[in-house]
Amino acid sequence: MGIEVRNLAVARGGVTVLHGLSFAVPPGKALVLRGPNGSGKTTLLRTLAGLQPATSGEIAMPADAVAYAGHSDGLKATLTVSENLAFWAAIYGGPSIEDAIRALDLATLVRRRAGELSAGQKRRLGLARLLVTGRPLWLLDEPTVSLDASAVALFAGVVRSHLAAGGVAIVATHVDLGLPEAEVLDLDPFRVRVLARDGFDEAFA
Amino acid sequence: MRALLLRDLRLAMRTGGGFGLGLAFFLLLAVLVPLGVGADGTVLGRIAPGILWVGALLACLLSLDRIFALDHEDGSLDLLATSPIPLEAVVAVKALAHWLVTGLPLTLLAPGLGILLNLDPSAYGWLVASLILGTPTLSIVGAFGAALTVGLRRGGLLLSLLVLPLYVPTLIFGTEVVRRGAEGMALGTPLALLAAISLGAAALLPFAAAAALRVNLR
Repeated sequence: MGIEVRNLAVARGGVTVLHGLSFAVPPGKALVLRGPNGSGKTTLLRTLAGLQPATSGEIAMPADAVAYAGHSDGLKATLTVSENLAFWAAIYGGPSIEDAIRALDLATLVRRRAGELSAGQKRRLGLARLLVTGRPLWLLDEPTVSLDASAVALFAGVVRSHLAAGGVAIVATHVDLGLPEAEVLDLDPFRVRVLARDGFDEAFA
Repeated sequence: MRALLLRDLRLAMRTGGGFGLGLAFFLLLAVLVPLGVGADGTVLGRIAPGILWVGALLACLLSLDRIFALDHEDGSLDLLATSPIPLEAVVAVKALAHWLVTGLPLTLLAPGLGILLNLDPSAYGWLVASLILGTPTLSIVGAFGAALTVGLRRGGLLLSLLVLPLYVPTLIFGTEVVRRGAEGMALGTPLALLAAISLGAAALLPFAAAAALRVNLR
């Protein structure tokens, strides 16, 4: 249930941002994507998730394997924590929500409305959704935003047990996840360079 | 899919969900028109079918941009698009949910408002029949328009402009059913056309809307 990418090019807003990208992540492994802002981490993850087509190249992975977690958590403010999770569990037909609640330490919050949670608690709820999907391939876009150190450690443990069960995780992040075993892929060499327009600014100087 | 329907209904019922917005608009219109037009019962009775249908149509229009915009804002639409449910089914379920919280209550409320507008009593049944056959079109066509405009800021105006021309046949046939019902004329043809438009829209537009969503999510 791994993923293999061959010679992939992805575009954002019609402009190719990454090209010639090849990597493979076997089951049980994690890949950390690094690169400066605008280097195409989110675009790559959205392409892998099937939300947008690749400009060229191939993505080989099993069908219906992806669980995507983007910048937004997809939470409904007027539903409670357990209602939010139960909805996604029903959509994916995944495992029960109790394990996910326990894994991300949400037990004391289950009856609270998602709108009343702090940013970090919302993020934990958004990440708990990954567990109820029951899908093997996690695509995570900056999963640790607004998490404190202990929550990051908690999340690293969740990812590690997912990998131990034969899952795959591709994570775009700037912070240290505490997953030293994860392979790191720097996207910088694959960026499409925009030719510097020298002289343009001088004309207006 | 049932989970999605139940979630949408639950969201609509909770605070800020928008349930009742269309109903309140419909009610206000039916209360204000007699005050504006005057107490002449024959005039009111003659314009009642048109007023009720225009009111139902505009009441539906009010909540259309919420069908996908809210899910797009909080990221759920991305997640639904990567979920095991096909996007066509998501569109169909969301249109159904929209109809259940706007079209259906409007239909049930309409006979009561018919009294306020001095609608001929023989037309009440036909009013309900025309609305029950016609309002699904309003939700499905509306879901298609909402899918086309989902990523746009202040897409509501464009949405209304896109959707209103598509509402015109439903409005014409719907009013015609009620008018003919009030005058005791044969009304099989407009009623059948009303139902045909609804069925055609339900069969085709979820696919078009899903294609529009896929483009807008890129």
